[in-house]
Amino acid sequence: MAKIQRTKLSKERIRSAWIFLTPMFICLAVVAIYPLITTINYSFTDARLGDLYNYNYVGWFHYETLFFYDEWWWVSVKNTFIFSFFSVFFETIIGVTFALILNNNMPARGIVRAAILIPWAIPTIVNAKMFQWMFNQQFGVFNEILMDLSIISEPIAFLAYPDSSMAAAIIVDVWKTTPFITLLTLAALQMIPTDIYESTRIDGVSSWKVFWNITLPLIKPTLVIAIIFRTLDALRVFDLLYVLTTNSRETASMSVYARQWLVDFMEVGQGSAASTLLFAFLTIATILYLIITKTSFDRQGVY
Amino acid sequence: MKLSLKLIATFFVALMMSFNVFAAKITITMGGDDERAMREHYRFALDWAEENGHEIGYVYRPASATDTLNLYQQICSSGSSDIDIFMIDVIWPGIFADCAYDLNNIFDDAHKADFFEGIVGNNTVGGKYVAVPYFTDAGLLYYRTDLLDKYGKSPPSTWSELAETAQFIQDKERAAGNAKMQGFVWQGAAYEGLTCDGIEWVNSFGGGNIIEADGTVSINNPNAIAALKTAASWVGTISPEDVVTYKEEDARGVWQTGNAVFMRNWPYAWSRSQADDSPIKDKVGAMALPGGGSDGKMTGALGGWQLMVNKNSKNPEIAADLIKHMTSVEVMKTKAIDTSNLPTRPVLYDDLDVKAANPFFGMLFDTFNNAVARPSTVSHKYYGQVSNVFFNEVHSVLTGSKSAEDAAAAMEKDLKALSRKF
Amino acid sequence: MSWKKISLVFLLLIILVYTCFPFYWAIVSALKKAGTGTFIVEYWPSEPVLKNFIYVLNRPAFGSTFFNSFLVSTLTVLFCLLIALTASYALGRIQFKGRTVLLLGILGTSMFPQVAILSGMFELVRSLGVYNTYQGLIMSYVVFSLPFTVWILTAFIRDLPIEIEEAAMVDGANSYVILFKVFLPLMWPAMVTTGILAFIGAWNEFLFALTLTISPEVTTLPVFMASFRGESEFEIPWPNIMAASVLVTIPVLIVVLIFQNRIVKGLTAGAVKG
Repeated sequence: MAKIQRTKLSKERIRSAWIFLTPMFICLAVVAIYPLITTINYSFTDARLGDLYNYNYVGWFHYETLFFYDEWWWVSVKNTFIFSFFSVFFETIIGVTFALILNNNMPARGIVRAAILIPWAIPTIVNAKMFQWMFNQQFGVFNEILMDLSIISEPIAFLAYPDSSMAAAIIVDVWKTTPFITLLTLAALQMIPTDIYESTRIDGVSSWKVFWNITLPLIKPTLVIAIIFRTLDALRVFDLLYVLTTNSRETASMSVYARQWLVDFMEVGQGSAASTLLFAFLTIATILYLIITKTSFDRQGVY
Repeated sequence: MKLSLKLIATFFVALMMSFNVFAAKITITMGGDDERAMREHYRFALDWAEENGHEIGYVYRPASATDTLNLYQQICSSGSSDIDIFMIDVIWPGIFADCAYDLNNIFDDAHKADFFEGIVGNNTVGGKYVAVPYFTDAGLLYYRTDLLDKYGKSPPSTWSELAETAQFIQDKERAAGNAKMQGFVWQGAAYEGLTCDGIEWVNSFGGGNIIEADGTVSINNPNAIAALKTAASWVGTISPEDVVTYKEEDARGVWQTGNAVFMRNWPYAWSRSQADDSPIKDKVGAMALPGGGSDGKMTGALGGWQLMVNKNSKNPEIAADLIKHMTSVEVMKTKAIDTSNLPTRPVLYDDLDVKAANPFFGMLFDTFNNAVARPSTVSHKYYGQVSNVFFNEVHSVLTGSKSAEDAAAAMEKDLKALSRKF
Repeated sequence: MSWKKISLVFLLLIILVYTCFPFYWAIVSALKKAGTGTFIVEYWPSEPVLKNFIYVLNRPAFGSTFFNSFLVSTLTVLFCLLIALTASYALGRIQFKGRTVLLLGILGTSMFPQVAILSGMFELVRSLGVYNTYQGLIMSYVVFSLPFTVWILTAFIRDLPIEIEEAAMVDGANSYVILFKVFLPLMWPAMVTTGILAFIGAWNEFLFALTLTISPEVTTLPVFMASFRGESEFEIPWPNIMAASVLVTIPVLIVVLIFQNRIVKGLTAGAVKG
């Protein structure tokens, strides 16, 4: 009797689950799936921004152009990878270091933890403007500090050259996203039971060894997730490079490149092809992420 | 539950509400939202509105011409009627022809005959009168008369003279304790402005017009390469290194604070330099840009802005009437005197008040006739890409990441590929 | 104080400088007079003036885009929370086939590069006639806000103890009753947290606002910021731009500092409990 009621109930629950999900499906279908399909469709056409309804299908033409004829697309791919790699690399190191410091019991810890949210909360556009000003050659504070410390003798035009403006963009991104890594790492650190460390203290093991052999393996699952989240985010970078660097194609990311073709050149076809490639690329990255986290689900059994 | 219902209701009310607040007014986009834009453009529109019982709305225009072009293209392809009047660059009529209301419906030939024929021609695309010439522009060389006098130098007629004078005065001034003094400031950021500066260099060296009127890609020639090498040699010597991030207002910022001997800019900078509270008032001269060598051509890029009515405008006739007012003799004269905007009506170049306010206008009349046009007519709607290739390659030369020879060859390759689409 | 304590305090100070200095510098610069060519780097403003802030506050576009940002972000968040509430209950509490795939799909959608749907979104907005309207902008914001909201809410809802639901089920309550009578009252804290995170995301959005709106009556603060060039008549415009930067950031900072505990919880819930 009870069992029959159970199944009836669970059937009812499953039915209501789908009803509960319907509004979300409709919304996402309209605002995400439909535009995505439209974009993919455009990528096979010669549509131009001036007239989005009259176009001819051109097959794989745009993809061939991107892969074989457009060195600047490859430059944007390279830039995207350089940006993502260095940004994630440095913010992980700084973020974990900060988390380890904050994990100590300190009176002012609350204030510092609040302060750490500031970079994360500031809009990227504002970030870009703030750093543009600090990097200014004539009046910038970075040049002033470096001059005062006699590290440089002449002010540097940080944002003038492709390499140094890419480095500047990475610095800004590292600054903005370090809090994310710090907070996640901190959360993981605080879940580690303190008695794990007891034995090492008695044995007098160096703190570096403790970190490397005990702490790091324990926070690794969280860290992997945080790094992957951040990598996926960095691969889509747009706002920062759009505002911070000089609009030069030498520092364009894949997103900047795609938007340039879509809007600046009005070539919706090629722009959509570039967008679709970025999408495909991120999808693969996301699937990789899922595979990696899935395995860590099974092995660690935490969360 | 009650709260949720309220939320739903709020949301749907917001969704249902039509935010169509523009219906009764003419919306124009011509400048920023600061006092300057008000003085330069909007106040004339407001006068007109008050007189005729209309209302004016403004839309903010981005700082750079490239961003503005993007924005306008978006608006046009969206079919939006939110903006009635666009101020468009002299190179854009081809791009916006499809989006423009045909002003032949309003203005007859007699009206058009009062404007420079060349610009009216430029603004007519396939018989459609796309836009009315609002003001015209040509690249100018500004120099500090006081500094030149102090060191016994005369205004340069070639780029090498300019470099020499700039270096000399920069060194002397810096030695005298003026550490921020720069020899020459100009527009070096990778954007449309660099195309103007770049074509001036190339053209002054006799290096052609990037793409010639018959569609030949001419940029890969020794004179053009020499021109680019010359410009690159200024970066970090007579020009600050970050000149490659400068747009018009960045250059003018350095100039206006008294920290530059020479500046390349448009005529608008004259009235700013000569304003009452300007630190360099009465210490400023303006002339045509130097030539490449002794046989080089003194030149300046042709610029200028036109007023266009959006074909999707709900009130095209009223909008055209506003354009008629904005381009009237009276308004144009006031603008020429107050803000040094070059009139598009030849008759105003003989006006004594205008001449008194802008002593360089008379000389500029020639420059204007000699001005080098960017290859927008020949490249039609692909001009944006042409310009992008050009300014990006020139930018690489300026930052030293490419040699002038490689850049010229790359431009030739890219532009030839592009020109097949024209 | 021990050595360790002193070095820790020192390290904390470094973190403070690292996180606060850029914003501090923006404030200091915004308080400067910045006359003609006389901008001097000073770590403390010797003659602070408010004129740059007043200048920005007097820009008509600042007021209107501020209002727009607030309205659009709020409406987006409310709409997304509404839709996400039922969806995340289904995903978090009900076992059904395809749930994992769905969750992965939602995570995938939240990883969408915005530019990938830019041309499609532009076409959609255009054909619906909502270009340069709040509706169009909100629609585009739902793309990234909704998956995010569902994801975080699901993580929260999964954590609620199973007993409360079982008790209701024994009483024969159906899913609607369970969701709205039992869960909803318990969900408020989680919804506030998620809402704040989604609000900040929407407040900071740039690309869609740049592409889908034009006039200051509709567009948002980041777009205003990107094209704001300050009053540069006779002086360097940076103090004005920094004043605008500070003013744009302050509302978010207030929210963040008030709700910092919730935000940290929300951020970690989304990732750690993935």
